[in-house]
Amino acid sequence: MIGSASGGKQKQIAREEASGLVKWSRNNRRAITSTLFLIVMLIGFTLANPEVFSQFKTYRSVMITLPVSIFLVVPLVFVVTAGEIDLSFPSIVGLASYAFVSIVDQGGEPVLGIAVAIVVGASLGYVNGILVVRIGLSALVATLGMNFFLRGFINILVEGFSIAIPEIRGTFIHSLLTDDTIIISGNQGIPNQMLWALAFVALGVFLYNRHSFGVRVHCVGDNPESAAEMGINVNRTRILVFVFTGIGAAMAGIFSVMINFVWWPTTGDGLLLPVLAGLFVGGTPTWGGIGTVFGGAIGTSIVAFIETGVIAAGLTGFFTQFFYGLIIILSLIFQRFNGGRVR
Amino acid sequence: MSNRYIIELRNVTKSFGNVNAVDGISFGVRPGEVVGLIGDNGAGKSTLIKILSGVHQPDGGQIIVRGREVSNWNAARSRESGIETVYQDRALAPQQTITRNIFMGREIKDRFGIIRVKKQYEEANRLMREIGFTSTVFDPDSPVATLSGGERQGVAIARALYFDADLIVLDEPTTALSLVETAKVFGFIENVRARGRSIIFIGHNIYHVFDVADRFVVLDRGKVVMTEDKANIPAAEALIKQMQEIAELGHAADLALS
Repeated sequence: MIGSASGGKQKQIAREEASGLVKWSRNNRRAITSTLFLIVMLIGFTLANPEVFSQFKTYRSVMITLPVSIFLVVPLVFVVTAGEIDLSFPSIVGLASYAFVSIVDQGGEPVLGIAVAIVVGASLGYVNGILVVRIGLSALVATLGMNFFLRGFINILVEGFSIAIPEIRGTFIHSLLTDDTIIISGNQGIPNQMLWALAFVALGVFLYNRHSFGVRVHCVGDNPESAAEMGINVNRTRILVFVFTGIGAAMAGIFSVMINFVWWPTTGDGLLLPVLAGLFVGGTPTWGGIGTVFGGAIGTSIVAFIETGVIAAGLTGFFTQFFYGLIIILSLIFQRFNGGRVR
Repeated sequence: MSNRYIIELRNVTKSFGNVNAVDGISFGVRPGEVVGLIGDNGAGKSTLIKILSGVHQPDGGQIIVRGREVSNWNAARSRESGIETVYQDRALAPQQTITRNIFMGREIKDRFGIIRVKKQYEEANRLMREIGFTSTVFDPDSPVATLSGGERQGVAIARALYFDADLIVLDEPTTALSLVETAKVFGFIENVRARGRSIIFIGHNIYHVFDVADRFVVLDRGKVVMTEDKANIPAAEALIKQMQEIAELGHAADLALS
């Protein structure tokens, strides 16, 4: 021992470092919980069928369609954090992607189609925002109504016909969005849409935690009266989260059509429950004010792997829903250990 | 001393349905003075505060900031004009960190809206020390929900301190505070006055208000019924007697204080 003073100082520094790690895990515990849950689940599937889950193509098959859900879940975390809900996104996916395929089908530039689809998505999100914030309807009921209304509008518009756009294959924009650039084995790699989705998650995490928009979304969802007293434009913030969801839904729709080469009148319909389940499984609680974008992406991954895992484990497709429910409830029980709402 | 007001209300009205919560109030605050705003429940104190802070828009009358009439008054404008309000409910978001609460609505950010997280953390840390938060149990990243009532008040005051407001409105700042915490709030008020900034102090406890205020404005049923400098009032008891008369008569009796 050289001197007690320096020894004491060292001890103090060591304690601060430890508290940094503790702090990090405390601040991110919900995302950590869902990540651990995904890892444990994948280990379980691997034990059940080592052959399937040691092959890259199993993961690739999930990564082909998972991005569609990720483009939806990221803005939905903002909506739920703001204390709202949006159930209209499946139909916005359908209508925005209809705008995209119509333009491409008539020989228009795909980039123009993408731009128009995003404008359509943002506008429909804005309508949701007006209904909820300005007219004062319940978000739950208003967006549920919008979901039926927009799907009905699609059905009237196309009368059951689907639109195929095989000509998109080989175009620059299609390669950019959906080819495999990073090759893992043979001629198969990580689909580009997965990379775009990851970039979107990174953007979402940044907006959510480091940008004044995300921070204000937190404050509005936590205590709207306080947020208003501190000069935050609560109504504008609320409308913007719906617009953001509309944009995310449009991007999900564009990718969905790019992947399938076909637009159906039902495009987007099956996404409602898996995406919302993924959101809550990921660690965003229902009451607003807090949440996790990264966790939301993990949550949708958990949901996406369930079907593959159940089939690969040798069970029939009849078990899929059973395991959906089981895994969703189990993961929510684990999230419960992260505490209830504090006031 | 300048007679010019930092902020002045002229004949301001605000009603909710049939209730005229604020019924033609005129008053102003001079630089460096502590105004004690008092009145019974329902006198219109809270509504008046919310008009000053921009949460409520007045139905009629003028708001004049540093000699200039303002229009489209709202909470963001009020804060930009140098008015910080420490609300009775503290105006906190309990699930958010101390740092996030201090900078709520006025984040330190660049022109793209990207928050300077490290700078905010350091400033929050400095402010917490300045107002006497020495606990090692929490740090600027702790959620406000983990704090006691007095500590939460401290966060709300730290906010007003950071933005170096010209006028700080304290709405019932000593309610639900311990004696030590109350003394801290008084110390803070002295500190602000010494810096030449103004305070509006709203309180139920006349003794608290009497101790710190230079001037008293008494409200009753949405109107200003009395304005008096402290120099003209011998003791808190005289003020209380006046208040009782106002409550009974609806107006101030002649000053017969001695």
